[in-house]
Amino acid sequence: MLATNDVHAYYGKSHVLRGVTMNVQAGEIVSLVGRNGVGRSTLCKSVMGLVAPVGEVRFKDRPINGKQPHQIAHLGLGYVPEDRAIFPGLTVIENLELGVKKRGKFGRWTFEEIYKWFPRLRERATFPGEVLSGGEQQMLTMARTLMGDPQCIIVDEPTEGLAPKIVQEIADLLQQIAKEGIAVLLVEQKLSIAMKISNRVYVMGEGKVVFDGTPQELQDNPEVRKEWLEV
Amino acid sequence: MLETIVFSLLNGLLYGMLLFMLSSGLTLIFGMMGVLNFAHASFYMLGAYFAYTMGLYTGFWVALFLAPILVGALGALVERWGLRHVHQHGHVPELLFTFGLAYVIEELVRLFYGTIPMDYRMPDSLNFPLFSLFGTNYPAFRVFVLVIAVLMFIGLFILLKKTRAGLIIQGSLSRPDMVSALGHNVPQVFMWVFAFGTALAALGGVVGGIHFVTEPGMAFMMGPIVFVVVVLGGLGSIPGALIASMIIGILQTFVLSVDFSIAHIGLWFGYAVPPDHFFATLFYLDSTRIAPVLPFLILVLTLIFRPRGIMGKREA
Repeated sequence: MLATNDVHAYYGKSHVLRGVTMNVQAGEIVSLVGRNGVGRSTLCKSVMGLVAPVGEVRFKDRPINGKQPHQIAHLGLGYVPEDRAIFPGLTVIENLELGVKKRGKFGRWTFEEIYKWFPRLRERATFPGEVLSGGEQQMLTMARTLMGDPQCIIVDEPTEGLAPKIVQEIADLLQQIAKEGIAVLLVEQKLSIAMKISNRVYVMGEGKVVFDGTPQELQDNPEVRKEWLEV
Repeated sequence: MLETIVFSLLNGLLYGMLLFMLSSGLTLIFGMMGVLNFAHASFYMLGAYFAYTMGLYTGFWVALFLAPILVGALGALVERWGLRHVHQHGHVPELLFTFGLAYVIEELVRLFYGTIPMDYRMPDSLNFPLFSLFGTNYPAFRVFVLVIAVLMFIGLFILLKKTRAGLIIQGSLSRPDMVSALGHNVPQVFMWVFAFGTALAALGGVVGGIHFVTEPGMAFMMGPIVFVVVVLGGLGSIPGALIASMIIGILQTFVLSVDFSIAHIGLWFGYAVPPDHFFATLFYLDSTRIAPVLPFLILVLTLIFRPRGIMGKREA
């Protein structure tokens, strides 16, 4: 579904991604784990066209590198950013409305369907985005991206700063989303969550993929964990 | 006294509304794209000149609609083929670009029309006193300007709050990157907002050119004050721009119409500042001379004490 081949990215003069090759298939949750600053968020932004990637990014077997973010979104790729990027002055309904790519054109996800999956958003429907709690904002940013009917979503650090109960809820939601046949590329700091819900895991270090395999294989490989994950 | 207050209020309101016509477009452009568009008032000037020229053939009422559309189209071209390319290099080149553009437009206007003020007058259909106050007639044209400005405010408000395009614009005010990642063509939205903003400025020029004078210096007379309004009102806020326009408009008119100095305060308490006092110049400085500096003093103070302005969502 989504694949990168030897992707590099730069912020000014610093070479952040140094040749990342990875892929995600439909219905699969694939996690990118690693220490802070190894380029996981940059990889997400490069795929989405928000940072210019050097190398090949393919989505549904078509190259998408060099395309504008809105064009990439229209191909069916959804992006849930790390900072959630809620539009603060707009209500929950308006935030969701902006997730719809063309006026009145809904796909798998209608307002009714979204409210079924995220009941708390129905209660908060007319509240401005800025008054929502962190957990509610995370639900909203995920729901907003789903409104665009993506076939693959990139979810960057969804559980950061949230209470354990909400973290569990989000993990459950991601699994259900994957069950719908949507490919999920997850950046996750909490290794326990990533290990529990992922089909495959990529460990990143120094701008490259240093390990890929199933959670079980990572579990059985203490050297990789020690060198690239544990603090 | 009451007469002075009422007329100052009315004239201040009128001046404020003209400021609003210019600043509402700029607050969207500045708030959304972060473009400090120095040439904004130049589009206002073009509005006046275009309306004058067209008016010679089509009459005022057609020009009132056609001139803003033409200027808006010009704005779209400037954004699409100019600013968009400069945008990639950051905000400073953008600022320099619009700075240069303002001079280019002014010199072109000089080239085609000369430096003499145009004989751009109100149409006969609006040239009559609408009512009289304290024995002075109040011209219908001024009321017409007020009506246009109010309609513009209502129109803008509906556009931003009730339409999908307005939703995309509002989202882009805070997070253009996210709006594009959700599948909206933000560069195209920028172009439309720029075109729309310049068209609004031109509409201001169509009526402003009659109220003031249509001459090549008119852009540089209004330009700086419009920035004061946008910063005071708060980036991206239309109601903020309206309030700030009123404050600046009324304040400046009042300060000009009353003759007041700090020495007056002393007189109330029976103390006359001696004319040879070391600070006498300061005490006797009368308000009409303070008027030109007042908006810029407000600009500086706003940036120090309340950088997000009256109703802004972000800091200037």
